[in-house]
Amino acid sequence: MFQHDRLNSEITLLQKIKNLDYTLLISVTLLSVISVLVMYSTDGGEILFHTKNHFLKLAVFFPLMIFVALFNIKFWHNFSYIIYFIVMLLLIYVSFFGIKASGSQRWMDVYFFVLQPSELMKIAIIMCLAKYYHRLKVENVNSFTSITIVLSVIIIPTIFVVSQPDLGTSILIALSGLIILWLGGVKIKYFIYSFITFLISLPFIISFLKPYQKLRILTFLDPDRDPLGAGYQIIQSKIAIGSGGLDGKGFLKGTQSYLDFLPEKHTDFIFTLFSEEFGFVGSVGLLILYSIIIFRIIRIGSISRSNFARLFCFGYAFAIFIYIVVNLSMVLGLLPIVGSPLPIMSYGGSSMLATMIGFGIVLSAKINHKQMIA
Amino acid sequence: MIKSNSGIRKTDVINRRMFIIGAAKVVVFAGIVARLFSLQINENKKYLTLSDKNRIREWKLPPTRGNIVDYFGNVIAGNLKVYQLHIIPEQVENFNYLLVRLKNLLNLSDKKIARINKLKAELKPWDSIIVSENLSWSQFVKINNYLYDLVGVKPVMTISRNYPFNDVYTHVLGYVSQPNEKEILNNQIIQERFVPGMKIGKLGLEKRLENHLIGTNAIQRYEVNAYGKRINQLEHQKGQQGSKIRLTVDTEIQKACRELLNEKAGSISVMDIYTGDIIAMYSSPSYDPNLFLFGISQDEWQLIRNNPLKPLINKTLSGLYSPGSTIKPIVALSALENNVIDTKFKVKCTGKMELYGQTFHCWKEKGHGWVSLKNAMKQSCDTYFYEVSRLLGVDRLNITAEKFGLGKKVLGEYFDNEKKGLFPNTKWKKNNLGRGWVLGETLITGIGQGYIQSTPLQLCMMTAQIANGGYAIKPKIIVDSNPISYEDAKQSMESGLLFDSNSDSLLDKKLFKNKKNIKIVQESMFASTNERFGTSYKSRIDDPKYQFAGKTGTAQVKKISKRERELDLELEQIPYKDRDHALYVAYGPYVNPRYALSIIIEHGGSGSKAAAPIAKKLFKLIIDRHELRNKQSNFERITI
Repeated sequence: MFQHDRLNSEITLLQKIKNLDYTLLISVTLLSVISVLVMYSTDGGEILFHTKNHFLKLAVFFPLMIFVALFNIKFWHNFSYIIYFIVMLLLIYVSFFGIKASGSQRWMDVYFFVLQPSELMKIAIIMCLAKYYHRLKVENVNSFTSITIVLSVIIIPTIFVVSQPDLGTSILIALSGLIILWLGGVKIKYFIYSFITFLISLPFIISFLKPYQKLRILTFLDPDRDPLGAGYQIIQSKIAIGSGGLDGKGFLKGTQSYLDFLPEKHTDFIFTLFSEEFGFVGSVGLLILYSIIIFRIIRIGSISRSNFARLFCFGYAFAIFIYIVVNLSMVLGLLPIVGSPLPIMSYGGSSMLATMIGFGIVLSAKINHKQMIA
Repeated sequence: MIKSNSGIRKTDVINRRMFIIGAAKVVVFAGIVARLFSLQINENKKYLTLSDKNRIREWKLPPTRGNIVDYFGNVIAGNLKVYQLHIIPEQVENFNYLLVRLKNLLNLSDKKIARINKLKAELKPWDSIIVSENLSWSQFVKINNYLYDLVGVKPVMTISRNYPFNDVYTHVLGYVSQPNEKEILNNQIIQERFVPGMKIGKLGLEKRLENHLIGTNAIQRYEVNAYGKRINQLEHQKGQQGSKIRLTVDTEIQKACRELLNEKAGSISVMDIYTGDIIAMYSSPSYDPNLFLFGISQDEWQLIRNNPLKPLINKTLSGLYSPGSTIKPIVALSALENNVIDTKFKVKCTGKMELYGQTFHCWKEKGHGWVSLKNAMKQSCDTYFYEVSRLLGVDRLNITAEKFGLGKKVLGEYFDNEKKGLFPNTKWKKNNLGRGWVLGETLITGIGQGYIQSTPLQLCMMTAQIANGGYAIKPKIIVDSNPISYEDAKQSMESGLLFDSNSDSLLDKKLFKNKKNIKIVQESMFASTNERFGTSYKSRIDDPKYQFAGKTGTAQVKKISKRERELDLELEQIPYKDRDHALYVAYGPYVNPRYALSIIIEHGGSGSKAAAPIAKKLFKLIIDRHELRNKQSNFERITI
């Protein structure tokens, strides 16, 4: 790594650690602690499979975040395209040789860990596009070539992920990419035209959806049409959240989850359990914690000298925001059910790995915020 | 590049764009908080209710039926602890092994095993299967001894209906059993309280008083998980036992009736002549209602059903008999009241009477000679009553008879199987048979044959109303909220007024025009039992304490042919089905009478030989129990 940043070789390891963003670090630590406690609750107040594994993953990925942070932001800039291509190859690999589970093929076994490359793509696409816009001249931002390139960068992985099938993740990847386009300066009218086109073609898109996906949309519009079938998840989720009240039912006392009424309580619906046990106060507290994290990332972005770091931080902050909004809207019945985890809180290694790498790069940007990249 | 214009411009673009989405983020987060607020604060109650509805499930337990007690408080329909055996399939390690073990321990039939397997397939694995509803104590002990080997087996103690006097009260109480769908749907209360294993009244008072006896369910609240499995018990709400019902009956007398009618088909009714309390009401043969509690076996059911003595029929209320000579007191009273005859009026009995070429026989072939009312009653002379009823006419007789309760239901509201019988008149025949009344029919009506049909309880009530001096009574079997005491009833009758327990008013219930006429009938009934040549003279009791007055009756079940009359067969020589019914009505003690009774022995032969001797045995007991009964005044008030 030293050969890559001779210019900053005077920054010692100690100084690097000193320069870490402790607000962000403490917030992430706090979130990790909360996530372990909530996982403990989903296991019915015992240290079982999910608690153990979640803790284990945190124990590996939290240090990994620091490790990532110790690399100069220039290093991540230099490797952005390569990382994007590696993740893309992995995506292609799983679409042919991936592990199938519950009707979709999106995982690969990497000996100690089952990896979901689409989760890594959420970060890789931000890195790739951040680098692209970092290097692109302002005059060329709205040129046909550049728009074609960036749209291809977004659409290719999105299509692979949609075909797994995994609508939730593909939407998140696409949105993560699009935000960089936005930040990069693509004309606002393009966004407006695209949005109008999207709305017009929506019925057409819906006709291409798989039957279960259509059902999710119908269920979202009217959960009571099949309260024990398709509407069950969202109804039970709303009951859990609503019954939490102001201050919740208390830690380990969430009846909805304890008595198995909540589906997917470890993963996508983890917020439901948290909200049932800690109520409105806890939920808002969690949102504030997430807001602090997002705010810190934006802050780091805005002090960064390089546009790569700036774009990455702003993009990543937006991505985190989108993950949270999509997940919460889903469990609160504001959006149809699409599989999307809540960062750090949800059980799932790939998602946590990607999130931690993202935090790591952000921390690296903080440490090296004065670093300029040619 | 670093210092280039474009670099700075780019940074500006990025920052400006960031600011726009930053603002959007705040709005979106505010929206999410608003949604949280609406769910968790505004609609908290609604979702809390839904959450409780999710997790709390109630289990209703069968209600405990109210006890039915006799006049002295003895439980005649109670509840008993029973031992049951349940299997909880999910706890069983090896179901087939368990069934083999249980089969050996309890001698279960293959059919039962098949049924258990079927239930197992139908029920959820944590729902218990009832293997045996009623284990004997020794079986229960056996199961408990082997419990270590019977994983998933649960011995359970529960409550079941029990009739401690077995068949003694069957026709009064009826019995309980599992309700069918129609019974559940037709009764709101049963519908609300129904739980599998619950039993309801199927017959008699158990059925009639269902809504009072049923009791309320005990409720157990459990927390359940999403699959309906019970996680833990939250609370147990005790049910309330059904109302206790006290009857007017006396178990000792009821038991005596059963003994006296042993192996005979017939009925005995005993009534308080002032209060109308039914002291005993037994129809023989009876059957054990306990057999029906856990499902009667086919063999036992066939045995009851095919018994030629017809145990399923409540003869006291649904048995229709010709009253025979027991009607004669009413005929005499009617004639006296209508001034058709007086005590001096005499008829010469030659053993038969000719009318329009038809011969009407007296039971005594040689005839009674000249007989007055008293002698005619005493010896039950048919010729005398032919003549009297000829003079009286059936319509006037009908009026008197109906006043005394014939042709009307006695307890109507309590038993749906009660029959009202028939006392004919000319109008009835015209309306129902479309033909005119024939005088000959008046004659046979006058000796209680022909169209006339009565239930044993009607005859008992008729006798009671003669015995009390001719006042209407309202017979009852349940001690109600406003019981009338013996003294009150008697006093109000003697003062000419009757205390009506239902309307709390004193009503004139005089059934006679001239009190003297009642007295004359009473005297002639006394003579019939206590004077030489009386038809029931042999069954008399001389001790004035027990002395009673009565009237025998022998009801023909088929017309006697001339040949049979000449043969004058002994009872044993006549086929059972063709034998006469033996009847006896009586009241006592003669001085200060208190109780009336009616006895019917189906195909028992003559009333004097078969029925009257039973009265003699019974009266001693009835009178002896009187003092005890009088002391028993601690009425428990029950509103029916």
